[in-house]
Amino acid sequence: MSSDSTMSTGGTMKKTRRMKLPAPNAIVGGTLITLLLLTAGTGALWTPYDPLKLSFREKLAAPSALHWLGTDEFGRDVLSRLMAGAATSVWISILTVTLAVIMGTTIGLFSGYMRGWTDRIIMAFNDALLAFPGILLALGLLAVVGANKYGIIVALGIAYTPSVARVVRGTVLSLREREFIAASRVMGNSEGFTMARHILPNCIAPLTVLATSMFGYVLLAESALSFLGLGVPPPAPTWGNMLAGSRPYIGQAVWLGIFPGLAISLTLLGINLLGDAVRDRLDPRMRGSR
Amino acid sequence: MTKTAPLLDVAGLTLKIGGSGRTVVNDVSFQVFPGEIVGIVGESGSGKTLAARAVMGFIPPAVRLEGGTIRFDGQDVMAMDGKALRTMRGSRVGMVFQEPMTSLNPSMLIGRQLDEGLALHRKLDASQRRALILDMLKRVGLRDPEGALTAYPHQFSGGMRQRIMLASVMLLKPALLLADEPTTALDAVVQRDVMELMVELTQANDTAVLLISHDLGMVARYCSRIVVMCQGDVVEQGLSDDILARPQHPYTRKLLSAMPHRLPARALPEVKTPIVAVRDLIVEYPGRQGFFRKEQAKRALHGISIDVQPGEVVAVVGGSGSGKTTLGQSIAGLVKPAGGEIRFNGKPIEKSDAAYWDYRLNCQMVFQDPYSSLDPRMTIQQLVAEPLRLVPNMSPADRKARVAEVLTEVGLGEGFAERYPHELSGGQRQRIAIARAIVRRPSFVIADEPVSALDVTVRAQVLELFDELQKKHGFSCLFISHDLGVVEQVADRVIVMQDGRIVEEGPRDDIFDNPRHPYTQKLLAAVPGLESTAEGGVRLFWRRAENDKAITG
Repeated sequence: MSSDSTMSTGGTMKKTRRMKLPAPNAIVGGTLITLLLLTAGTGALWTPYDPLKLSFREKLAAPSALHWLGTDEFGRDVLSRLMAGAATSVWISILTVTLAVIMGTTIGLFSGYMRGWTDRIIMAFNDALLAFPGILLALGLLAVVGANKYGIIVALGIAYTPSVARVVRGTVLSLREREFIAASRVMGNSEGFTMARHILPNCIAPLTVLATSMFGYVLLAESALSFLGLGVPPPAPTWGNMLAGSRPYIGQAVWLGIFPGLAISLTLLGINLLGDAVRDRLDPRMRGSR
Repeated sequence: MTKTAPLLDVAGLTLKIGGSGRTVVNDVSFQVFPGEIVGIVGESGSGKTLAARAVMGFIPPAVRLEGGTIRFDGQDVMAMDGKALRTMRGSRVGMVFQEPMTSLNPSMLIGRQLDEGLALHRKLDASQRRALILDMLKRVGLRDPEGALTAYPHQFSGGMRQRIMLASVMLLKPALLLADEPTTALDAVVQRDVMELMVELTQANDTAVLLISHDLGMVARYCSRIVVMCQGDVVEQGLSDDILARPQHPYTRKLLSAMPHRLPARALPEVKTPIVAVRDLIVEYPGRQGFFRKEQAKRALHGISIDVQPGEVVAVVGGSGSGKTTLGQSIAGLVKPAGGEIRFNGKPIEKSDAAYWDYRLNCQMVFQDPYSSLDPRMTIQQLVAEPLRLVPNMSPADRKARVAEVLTEVGLGEGFAERYPHELSGGQRQRIAIARAIVRRPSFVIADEPVSALDVTVRAQVLELFDELQKKHGFSCLFISHDLGVVEQVADRVIVMQDGRIVEEGPRDDIFDNPRHPYTQKLLAAVPGLESTAEGGVRLFWRRAENDKAITG
C-alpha cells in the first residue's frame, strides 16, 4: 500500500525535492567547513603577523585590538599561528584520509572480491594491524619514517588503512550476494566492469561516512602527535603543538589553550554534520525521504 | 447456522494511522463461532493482519482505534486491562506467525520455549508438563520428541519449525487460533502438510481458527467461511463455496480470475537443434574447508539432461532443495558445473570463443527478488540500458530508443526512465527486471521464480505480460517455479525435479492430468485445480496423490 501511494505522488515528490532547503545539519556543517577551508586557504597565503616572528615585549598578551586572539609565550600572534596551523593541519588530514581511503578500498575490494585464501591471508594481516590503536601504530611508524609533515601523512595513512579495508570488504561481501551482481554477470559484463559499475558505487555511502569521521580522527591524531612532540616540528605551528605549548601557561593565559581547542572541536563538529548530510545526499533512497 | 453464541465477535472495527489519519481498517465486522475455521483473504495493504492483531489487543503504537468493538467469549477485548489481556493471550487465544525462522527464539531450547506458556498459564508440575510437551511434539510429527526438547530452532527446517510453533500454541488448548499466513514461507508440499496438521489438531481440540492469507485457493480448501478484505474494507463475506462459485464483488472476481488457469496447449513447430541442450550436468557445492578436515562436497545436481526448443517455455518445478535454481544458474553461467555439458544453439559454451558471445548476448535471466536484482544506485533508464552496452554497432540514440520501446512494452512507459528502483512497487520492479532481460532481444530467457515475491493480482498481471512478450518475441524460456499453478498457466512442457534429479518430464497436459511419479502427484495434490462456473466464479477440485493419507474435512 505504501509503495502504491508513493507511486501516485511520484511526480509531485520530484518537484518538492528540488525546492527543499538543505537539511539543517548540512547548513551548519557546511558553514563550519567553509569557514575552516577559508581560514586554511587564507592562512597558507597571508596572516596578520608572521606566525614565527618573536616579540618578547608582547609575550602572553591578552586578546586586544592589535592581537585579536592574544600572543603566546614568545609574543607570537595566536591568530596568525592558528591560521597557518589550519593550513598545515587540514592539508595533512586531507592527504592522510585520501591515502587511507585509496589503499583501504583497493585492499578491501580485492580481498572481498577474491574471497577464499587470498581474503583470509589479507584479512589476517589487516586484523593484526587493526588490533593496535591507530595512534600507537602511527607512533611506531613515525619512528621509522621520521617525524615531519610527510612522515605523519604516511604513518597515519597506513594506520587508518585497515579500518577502511574492513568496511569496504564487508560491504563488498554483502553486495556480492545481491542478485544485481549476478544480473551483471549474466549480462556479460567483465569482473572489472561489475566492480567499477555496481560494487564500488554502492560502497560510497559507508565510505563517505567513514572518511568524514576519519578526517576528524586524523586531525585529532595529528594534533595529538604534535602535542607529544612527534608531529610537525616547532617552530612551525599546528593546532596540536599550539595546544601542547599552552599547557604551562594555562593559568595565566587561557586563550593559548582555548582557541586551538575550540578550532579542533568546531572542525570535528562541522565534519560530522557534513558527513551525515553528504551520505544522505549520495544515497538515492534517502533523497526526498526527509 | 450455529446456534451457540459467537466465540469472537468483531463489529464495526475501524483503525486509523495516528499521524496522517489514514483509515487502514474500515468498519470491519465478522464473527467466528466455536470450532469453526474462518479465513480472511486479501492482498498486502488490505488490513487483514491489523484486524487480526487487534483481536489479540496488539495494535501498533502508531495506529489508533477509531471505533467498533471486539468481543471474545462475551468480553470486550478493548476494555481489558493488562492482566486480563495476558491471560487471554496464550491461554485462550493462540497465534501462529508467518515467519517460522523468526517466531521461535533462536537462543532458547525448544523444550524450554514450549514449557514457558504451560508454566505460565497452567498449574502443573514439571513432570506433567514434560509429558504433555512430549505428547504434543509426537502429535505434530516430530520423529524424536525427546531429542527435540534439547535442540535449538536452527536445527530444524522451516516446515518443522512451523510444526513446533503449532505445538507450542496448541499445548494450551486455546479456544481460538489466529494463524497469520502460517505457510506462506514454505514450499507447496510442506505447506499442505502443515495445514492438514493444523486442521487436524484444532478439530481434535474444538479450537476455532481465524486463518489469514493471501492465497484464496488454500483458504477455500480449509475454511468454512471466507471474509474478503480490500484496502481496509470487507468487500464480501460468506460461505466458501458461495464466494468461489458466485462472487458478488468485483474485487473477489478479480482475485478469482488472478488464480492461474490453464490455457489451451500450443502447437510448436518441429525443430532440429534445441536452443539449449544440457547433458549429464553435475554441480557440486564444495564442503567447508577447515584447517584439519575437508567436508565432502555436496552434490546439487546429479547428471541432469534437458533440451529446450526454440520458442518453447519449459517449466522446472520442485520443492526447496530440489536443485531447480542451481540448474538455472548453471545454464546462465553463474555456477560452474563439475561435469557435463551445456550447448547453446548446438555449440558448447566456452569462454573466449565466438560462440560464447552469441550465448552471452542471447541468454538472459529474470531473478526472483525484484528488491535485490536492481542496483539501487541506478535509474531505470541506466538499468535497462546497461545490457545494450555490449551490443555491437548500436548508437546512443538507438539505445535510448530501444529502452523507451521496451519500457512501453512492459507497460511502464518512458515516464519511469528517470526514477530509481526504490520509488517503484514490487510489481513495477519486476517489470523493470523483465525489461532488462529482454532489451537485447535474447533468444533464451531463464526466469527464476519471477512472480513468487508478488501479490496475487500483481502476479497475474506480470504473468500475463510475460506470456504476451514471449509470444511477441518468441524467445525460449526456462521457467523455474515451486508454484504449480503458475506453471500450469505458462508452460509448454514441465520438468519435475527432486533432490537434484529429474523425476518426471513431459508435456504440460500429461503431467497435470496424468502424473506418474509419486512426487509429482504429491506436488499436484497441494494445488487446487480450477473449473469455471456459469456465475463467473470457479469451483476448486483437489487432486489426490496415490498412497496418500485420507484428507480430513
